[in-house]
Parts: sequence; structure tokens; C-alpha cells
Amino acid sequence: MSKQRTILDPTNERVPTQRRRAPALTELAGRTIGLLDISKARGNIFLDRLQEQLENEGAAVQRYSKPTFAKPAPVDLRHEIAVQCDAVVEALAD
Amino acid sequence: MAASKLPTGLVAFVKKDCPTCLLIEPVLHELAGTQSLTIYSQDDPQFPAGLPVASDLMLDVSYREKIEIVPTLLQVTEAGVAKRLEGWHAGEWRELTGIDNLGADLPEWRPGCGSLSVDPNREPELRARHGASGLQSRRIDFAEAEDEFEAMMSRGISDGLPVVPPTESRVLAMLSGTQRDPQSVVAEIPPDLAPCTVEKVAINAVMAGCLPEYLPVVLAAVEAVCTDAFNMHGVLATTMPVGPVLVVNGEIARRIGMNAGKNVFGQGNRANLTIGRAVQLVVRNVGGGRPGEIDRATFGNPGKLSLCFAELEEESPFGTLAESLGVSDGRDAVTAFCGEAPRSIVDQLARDPDSLIASYAACIRSMHHPKLVLGFDAMLAIGPEHGRVFREAGWDRSRLLSELEQALLVPGTELVRGAGGMAEGFPIPPEKAAEMTLPKLRPGGLHLVYCGGGAGLFAAVIGGWLSGPAGSVPVVKEIEP
Repeated sequence: MSKQRTILDPTNERVPTQRRRAPALTELAGRTIGLLDISKARGNIFLDRLQEQLENEGAAVQRYSKPTFAKPAPVDLRHEIAVQCDAVVEALAD
Repeated sequence: MAASKLPTGLVAFVKKDCPTCLLIEPVLHELAGTQSLTIYSQDDPQFPAGLPVASDLMLDVSYREKIEIVPTLLQVTEAGVAKRLEGWHAGEWRELTGIDNLGADLPEWRPGCGSLSVDPNREPELRARHGASGLQSRRIDFAEAEDEFEAMMSRGISDGLPVVPPTESRVLAMLSGTQRDPQSVVAEIPPDLAPCTVEKVAINAVMAGCLPEYLPVVLAAVEAVCTDAFNMHGVLATTMPVGPVLVVNGEIARRIGMNAGKNVFGQGNRANLTIGRAVQLVVRNVGGGRPGEIDRATFGNPGKLSLCFAELEEESPFGTLAESLGVSDGRDAVTAFCGEAPRSIVDQLARDPDSLIASYAACIRSMHHPKLVLGFDAMLAIGPEHGRVFREAGWDRSRLLSELEQALLVPGTELVRGAGGMAEGFPIPPEKAAEMTLPKLRPGGLHLVYCGGGAGLFAAVIGGWLSGPAGSVPVVKEIEP
């Protein structure tokens, strides 16, 4: 008998869904930009500067933060950002 | 299930390795002279000698006819199997064959032996060959010219070491190690949060090199690391050099031959090395957590292949880790701790517990950085020679931990940023440093295990990761059969 040449797939067998990116914003004026602080040290300093610059361009800024940088953002938070903002900047710092 | 595939008349299944089959050899000769008799031999086509025998070395006929015992004597008609006798029972055989004095010299009754087709070493292969595995996973065929080990490497399903090909028969054999339904979901595996069945865990356990009796430990460990408290997603994604450190407690550790003694964190023990490896392969293959992708570790550590061990429970002065986390009655359990590689603590001169505690504190304090406190848990492994010092002094786990907690209080002046010429440090206002004292570890952040070889006045410390609910806390799961 020939040796077995078939194995079982050890992966989750998922086929990734291809989704188109949202179109890039052509201007900032009048748009709502979310700034997500992932709660790393000094992330707020970076985001404060970003907020200043975005507001100077006429954008409205909404601030959000993750409870801990060590875990994925909660589903509710992601949903909140998605419905309230035209774009989001997720910031890391240290 | 075509019983009609058998010739009509009497059909006997035998193996030479069965004393009862040897006993009834003259009976088969007697029958062959008077009746239509077909003999299937499972292990030797020359047995019984002098009779025409159909070879069933592949056991396909035995499997198809659900033979569990040899000898089995069937009466087959055009309609199928009309009668089935197992073992040797003179009265039944005589009634079935109509020969009154059949086997007159033999004892009245002898039980048979197990059919090779139900041998646990053969049955999974048969089930797979007969399309009866029930396994749901996609099949991957190798091309004729492919080397199967190289093929698995190139498909990205290995941790970098060769893996055992998870064939249907091997996976079925692995599943015999648990009573759980192969299609029941064990956990959602980060980072993809993919539902993972017992079957998928078994596939990865085969690849890791596990034996079936390890599977319940692997299943419990997968459950443990996939909790929100352990936070496998964060453990993967961090740049720090940590991974699951698995401690197995209870009788199962001895039963499956785990190492708790010499070279406890090292190479050489199959259970220790393959259980942790299986968990990591599940995270990689089912969860999609691959190094360089979601796993962003700057350095990593070799324990991310497998860091899994048992404790010297019977001689421990401290009880077990599982008990300290709430598991009662010495039940089988596995604890997942998020940790880096073990680091040695050498103290060959201390003969009293206070001196040892001072040494431990000095070494634990340096974990990750001597000026960083409260951020990380630690696992302290004490071996028999240091353990003896505490036992003789009458110290138990709680005494040791509370003394060590006191010894790990650090003056703020040593922690403040800039102190000692080091920019790194705990963020306390310099003007308040003199009046502050901070513990190196959060309350409950030191986890004690008792293991290691009998010679060596050493201990070891395994540094943790971001501790507490914001990071990772040790998770214990009882091991279910």
C-alpha cells in the first residue's frame, strides 16, 4: 500500500473577505475626525497636537480611548467611532 | 454494508495469535471436510495450516463485517448474515453446524480474543480507509513528488520545526484521547477569533507530536489561553518577549509522564514539549497568530515553542499552583501564565529562609528593569534544595509569599526617573520620592511553583507581562476527560 498522501487542514479554513476601503477624504473642513488614544504612555500628547492641526483645517475632532492598549478595542467603541466619524486616527506612543 | 459480499455458507474469522483460534484448528478442519467454509485469517494466511484461507491482513473484511472477537463464526445466506457466534462454545457451534460431536475433544467453552480490526492501533486507520472518520476538516492532498514534511513547511502551518502529518488515522487516534465530541467548539482563538473544534485541536496536537493521552491537557490549555483574562491577543501582539507558560497539576501529570524534575524547563520530555507546542500551533493555525504578523515580539523567547511543565507535588512544602488559584482536591488542572524565559537564581550559601528571601527579592527586583515596579507579575520556581530550607523552617506558601512581598518593597528614591543615572524609572514626582515606597509586584502578582532537579541550590524566576485585568492574569482550567 502506498503511504497516505492526504492530511487534514489545521487552519480555520476561512476565506478572507475582500472589502474596499472607504474613499480617502478630499478635504478636512466640515468633516468629523476621530482620534483614538490606545492608552499608551504619552499618546495624548501626540493626539493633542494632531487635534490642534485638524481643527485649524476646519475639521471637528472627537476623542476616544481604549480601556487598555493591551487588548483589542471593544466592539462597542469601534461601532461608535464608525457611526460618528468620517475618518479615524489611531495613535501609538511611548 | 453488504453482507452479501461474503460467500454463502459458514465464514470464520481467526488469527493465529489467539489461543482459542489455535484450539479450534481441528474443528475448522472438520468443518472444511463437510460444509461450505470460508476462513479469513487476520494475521497469517498460512493459518490454519492445510486449509484454503482468505487473507484479511488489511482487515478490510473484518472491519466491514464488524468483527470484534476471534474466532467469529458466521452463517451467511443469500439474504446476509443469519447467525453470528463469537469465541468457542461447543453447544452453539454444534447447533449451528448440525454436527453433534463437533470438537468432541475440546473444552465446552473458551472466550475468544479481540479482533485486530478493533485494535486501537489499527482501528483509526481502518475507519479512515472506509470513509467513516466523521472528520469535517478540509483534506489537503500532496502532489506525488512533494515531500510531505517540506510541503507542510512551505504551506506555513509549522512553527519552524518539522510537524507530524495530520492524516485521518492519526487524528482519529488522537481523538480517542478525549470523550469530547470532535465537533464541539473549544474556544474562539485569537487573533482571528475563529471557532475551534476539538477536531482542529486534535489535528494540531498530532502535528505537535502529542500522544492521545495528552489531548485533554491541550484542550484545557487552549481554553485557558483563549479567555479574556489571559488575553492571548495581547500576548501575541506585544513587543515584549512573552508567551503562554503552562503548569500542569494533578495526577494526570504523572500519568502522562510529564517532567517536574531535572531539566524541568528544558528538552527531552515529550509531554512537556508537545503540549505547549500544540497550544501554540492552534494559536498560529486556527487563530492566525503568526510571528511577524500579529505577533510583534521584539525578541520573543525559545519558550514560545513550548514552555510547559509539572510540579513536584508530593514533596512540595507549598501545595500546588492550581490549589493556590482555587482548584480543589488535587484535581487535574492546567494554569496558563504569560511569561518570558526562565532566569536562574543562584544562592548556594543561604541556610535560613530569611537569607533566601533576600536573594530572591534582589533577583526578582531586576525583572525587566530594577526601577520598574507594579507592572509585571512573576513566577518563582523553587527547587528541592532551596525548598528544604523553607520546609525545615516550617514555612508554607503564604508565609513565603508575605515575607517576599515585604522584601520587594522598594524606596521611591531608587525608582524615580533619573536615579542611578538611568532615565528609565517609575513615574513618581521627584519631590515625593523620599516619602514613597512601592512594591515590585502587584498584590497577588507572585506565583510560586515547586519543581526542578534534586541537586542545585538554585531557584528560577519567570518574568511576566503587563499584569492585572488590563494585561494578563494567570488562568487555571480543570482538565476534563
